[in-house]
Amino acid sequence: MSATPVIAEVPATASGTQASARQPKRRSRLFLSSTSLLYAVLIVIAVIYIAPFLISIATSFKSDAEAASDPLALIPSTWTTAAYGKLFLNSDFPTWFTNSVVVTVFVTAGRVFLNSLAGYALARLDFKGRNVIFAALVAVMAVPGVVLLIPKFLVINQMGIYDSYAGMIIPLLMDAAGVFIMKNFFESIPASVEEQARVDGAGTFRVFWSIVLPMAAPALVTLVILSFQGSWNELSHFIISTQSPELTTLTKGVASLASGQLSQDTQYPLKLAAAALMTIPVAVVFFVFQKRIMNSSAGAVKE
Amino acid sequence: MTTATETAPKKAPPVTQKRRPRDTVAGWLFTGPMLIILGLFLVVPVGMALWVSFSDWTGRGSPFASTVSFIGMDNYKDLLAGGGLAERDFGTSLRNNAWYVMLVVPVQTIVAIVLAVLVNRQVLKGRGFFRTAFYFPSVTSSVAITVIWLFLFGATGAVNKVLSYLGIHGPSWFQDPSGILHNGLRAVGITEGPAFLVDTTVLGLPLWDWLAGPSVAMTAFIFMAVFTTSGTFMLLFIAALQNLSGEVHEAAMIDGANGWQRFWQVTLPQLRPTLFTVLTLGLIGTWQVFDQIYTGTQGGPGKTTLTPAYLSYTSAFESQQWGRGAAIAFVLFIIIVLFTLLQRWVLRERPVSRRHRRMYGTPSKGANS
Repeated sequence: MSATPVIAEVPATASGTQASARQPKRRSRLFLSSTSLLYAVLIVIAVIYIAPFLISIATSFKSDAEAASDPLALIPSTWTTAAYGKLFLNSDFPTWFTNSVVVTVFVTAGRVFLNSLAGYALARLDFKGRNVIFAALVAVMAVPGVVLLIPKFLVINQMGIYDSYAGMIIPLLMDAAGVFIMKNFFESIPASVEEQARVDGAGTFRVFWSIVLPMAAPALVTLVILSFQGSWNELSHFIISTQSPELTTLTKGVASLASGQLSQDTQYPLKLAAAALMTIPVAVVFFVFQKRIMNSSAGAVKE
Repeated sequence: MTTATETAPKKAPPVTQKRRPRDTVAGWLFTGPMLIILGLFLVVPVGMALWVSFSDWTGRGSPFASTVSFIGMDNYKDLLAGGGLAERDFGTSLRNNAWYVMLVVPVQTIVAIVLAVLVNRQVLKGRGFFRTAFYFPSVTSSVAITVIWLFLFGATGAVNKVLSYLGIHGPSWFQDPSGILHNGLRAVGITEGPAFLVDTTVLGLPLWDWLAGPSVAMTAFIFMAVFTTSGTFMLLFIAALQNLSGEVHEAAMIDGANGWQRFWQVTLPQLRPTLFTVLTLGLIGTWQVFDQIYTGTQGGPGKTTLTPAYLSYTSAFESQQWGRGAAIAFVLFIIIVLFTLLQRWVLRERPVSRRHRRMYGTPSKGANS
């Protein structure tokens, strides 16, 4: 639920207000105190938003007893990496991690390719049936994913790809929002370059592959980020498409840890260590591409 | 793919040119993979599930085998008027989710607007830091956040520790099935509802229980939803704020409107399209609570975190009542569609009343609609 699909290109930059620059002078003292109040409020809220993550990381280095007796401390009184050791040496965690990596890589690569193909066709190729396809995509985006759990299982089962990588990966390649991102992007770049290439006799796929796609690098990066995030964090699809332990992904595995299927005690350090580890890849991508993520999400739905 | 499209191109075409035949071939080839996947994993499945929802399939063999029979609306009747456990569970899940929607949607929207307005100040230093801090929970997986939440809101968790500093004895959040409205009434001495509320049942649940409010456990999930989604919606509002025209704002300032008036009468009306989007996304999202429940509470305590999405899953995959599970999914789908339509209607663009126009002048539309 955390990743809201996004639909449009990078937003047009601000035609911002210059109003605040024209504050009358006599207001300046009031202005100053209101500014420090603003900072105070923002810092308090920021602490509320950040603290859960910091506390969790700290707790993953505590002993079980300390996690219960002193849940708030940001620095464990005795550091232990027992939780991490247990995850890597005495659990299926490495398998989960590998599966998540495999699925994410294939889904991301597949989505980027298929979305840009379809997006290009919808933006640039004037063909019979285009409007119907476009309308179908809009309709697809309106279908809530959770409603599709049982239906998807039925088909996966019927096709004989239940409990296989194919069943985990192929259904996730469908991504209407991604098609829209690419379509909008392709519409925003001038058509003159490709027209020239076409005049020179290049085939449509060639024009797409060697001329248009390289120009679309910014949109492709956005798409990679969104697909990565989406497939790495995906849970429900893996619940309904697999059952064997060898195909368990991180989300499914950590969820089973959390619901206590593996042990009796609370074992918070262990669970929090798992949660922290599964967050690292997303966090890295997030901080590296921060600006772009924020812009692309913000660009959503503003049409 | 190239070979199929290698006919000689005509000269550089004007916009209103005739369709190129090779574009048709390429168009279908390019969109083909997407359409096949869409058909296989969306259209076909929905059709199959629709059949299953009218059948007594138990999950063994193919749903199209001759042993599976058509039982009409029975699965739907069980849910909506069966009088049994199925109906009560469904009613309970709707109750739980309805409270969740009612609280999460307005709160996350308000929090998102407030954060956006605060962060969008021109004077603010460190805007990037604050935006990052507020948005980061949105990119984290719901499984990881649920694990964190189970710990924070545990009986001996961080939240109760903080509450204890304030002299409050916190509940054991995820074990507490009591409804918060009932708890509030109990605090003022009301422990039982009036007879007509207790005796009238809707979907197997007495009205009095419908009015229990979200359970304490569900309330923890409500906090979580606000925590994880407000950042995303904040970004939508920031983008909208940056596209507002400064002129109206300035004019209002010259007219002597203070900050508060400017927000309500200038900024907010201009945010209307974004507000509409955020409410729609919020409504659609909050009716689909699944990951958190699967990871965290499995519907407990006392079924007070059971949601239709999760109930649909357990009915099918655990109780092997596939017809019922599919029926729940379709009812949920209808609910989501109805709510979206209702909300569209409530927030529709109304003609400005004459009195209103005289008082404020016609409000200008959002710059980005």
